[in-house]
Amino acid sequence: MAKQYTEELISGLKKHLSDKEEQDDSCQKLPLELLGGEPNACYDPVESIKNGFIRFKTCKFDKYPEYFQELAKDQHPKFLVFACSDSRVSPSHVLDFQPGEAFMVRNIANLVPHFDQLRYSGVGATIEYAVSNLKVENILVIGHSRCGGIERLMSFPENGSAPYDFIDEWMKIALPAKLKVKAEHNCLSLEEQIPLCEREAVNLSLVNLLTYPYVQKAVANKTLALRGGYYDFVKGKFELWQLSPEVTPVIII
Amino acid sequence: MAILAPTSLSKHPLSSSSTLSQLTTPTIFGSKLKLRETEQTRFSLSTSFKSNPGFRLMASKEPVGMTTKLGSDKIETEVGVENGCGLFDEMKHRFLSFKKQKFMENLEHYQNLSNGQAPKFMVIACADSRVCPSNILGFQPGEAFIVRNVANMVPPCESGPSETNAALEFAVNSLQVENILVIGHSRCGGIRALMSMEAEADSSFIQNWVVVGKNARLNTKSAAHNLSFEHQCRHCEKESVNCSLLNLLTYPWIEEKVKKGTLSLHGGYYDFIDCTLEKWTLDYERSNLKESDKFAVRNQSFWC
Repeated sequence: MAKQYTEELISGLKKHLSDKEEQDDSCQKLPLELLGGEPNACYDPVESIKNGFIRFKTCKFDKYPEYFQELAKDQHPKFLVFACSDSRVSPSHVLDFQPGEAFMVRNIANLVPHFDQLRYSGVGATIEYAVSNLKVENILVIGHSRCGGIERLMSFPENGSAPYDFIDEWMKIALPAKLKVKAEHNCLSLEEQIPLCEREAVNLSLVNLLTYPYVQKAVANKTLALRGGYYDFVKGKFELWQLSPEVTPVIII
Repeated sequence: MAILAPTSLSKHPLSSSSTLSQLTTPTIFGSKLKLRETEQTRFSLSTSFKSNPGFRLMASKEPVGMTTKLGSDKIETEVGVENGCGLFDEMKHRFLSFKKQKFMENLEHYQNLSNGQAPKFMVIACADSRVCPSNILGFQPGEAFIVRNVANMVPPCESGPSETNAALEFAVNSLQVENILVIGHSRCGGIRALMSMEAEADSSFIQNWVVVGKNARLNTKSAAHNLSFEHQCRHCEKESVNCSLLNLLTYPWIEEKVKKGTLSLHGGYYDFIDCTLEKWTLDYERSNLKESDKFAVRNQSFWC
């Protein structure tokens, strides 16, 4: 009952939030460069986050107290989102996720490793919490253009650079995607292979999600959908697709 | 449980049964599980993507597969597509609004950004849906390299490679960020799990992860044992941020930059019940970290 009330409230008010923000000029923030200021002159990091917080509080929190009061009691996000840590691809901007909508993991190259409780407990903890506790209905893995992690994966060690201790170890998760792209598109240049690998790594992550028993169970019960996305900020495009496992009829032999 | 072979990803499972038999498919309830891509939607204002040969390969298989499948599994497909359509429309609307109101309005800025990012901040925040730094701290595209995990934790260097320290390595050594902000929050489920743990590590992922914050739990039990469980959790939420700041200094390349003054470490605590934000900065010069695990702070602020 409480959950349903929350969903209706959130659904109604989040539309209001999105619409209102468009019209309220004082709540818009332009990048510093466009305001005529020098990008690096007098940049105070503390002042920057203070202003950001005050803007959030005055333009959203204080304007919709009931919405945020309900949210403070509990969260019922419909999404678990995996996105890259890249500063240019926050799903809250690109897909306008409002507070309460998406449980969000951000890591290098938006990777989901296969089930391994010792090695990948960080990502596993988010999946476990989102699927088993929060009972999200969608997992969305979003890749993007010009991903530094994928570029590193595709060019190392052929480029002869020194290894990174942690980055290279983490990017090994996506090795199957690299091998696939290299095998199937070896006639393409590295620059052409990288975007293919960016998308292939999303598919690999979706498949890896199915190695988590509670994900597999929820997908089989049709209470959870697995979706892939790709944000191309060079061309200003977004691609969205779904992975739909299917249980075929039993063949009795 | 077998993991699907990577070569299955672009081969359409519906194209031939022989393809399926080559796959090592996981089995559920006596039936074979196979993958198919039911829908691909492209939201774009240009058609230039069609010239990408690799991607066309994925797309072209769709219509044939969908047509042959619809006949035999009509109900299943209808349900899937029906829910999918509503969601796809919603995502499409949101992306196109972002593109129209922000991307196209600031095209030059976004074009510059596409050539390279130079964020001044790295932020480590919780994955909680209520605490996205882009929302609560107003970070715009290009401003903050963001890591989000359960309970915004930073494991120490000696714990070995993880997604969090891979991101640290990239942000500090490659992007050369000038600030790292670790921000905790109220009513954190991960901290609650840490405070509720009976044994050191259990069979769940969550407990295997939050045990990174065990020092925060020890400090809390010691300093706040007479408080209620709720108040202890609140204390631990802040204590965990401080432990993460100390863990940051276990990475030699981070400590070196902090010592030089080219990197600042900040802690933050967002209370979404009252909408307040506390912020503090680790004062490395005035701290004596060899003798104690307590550190000095400066520029402590409280915004409400």
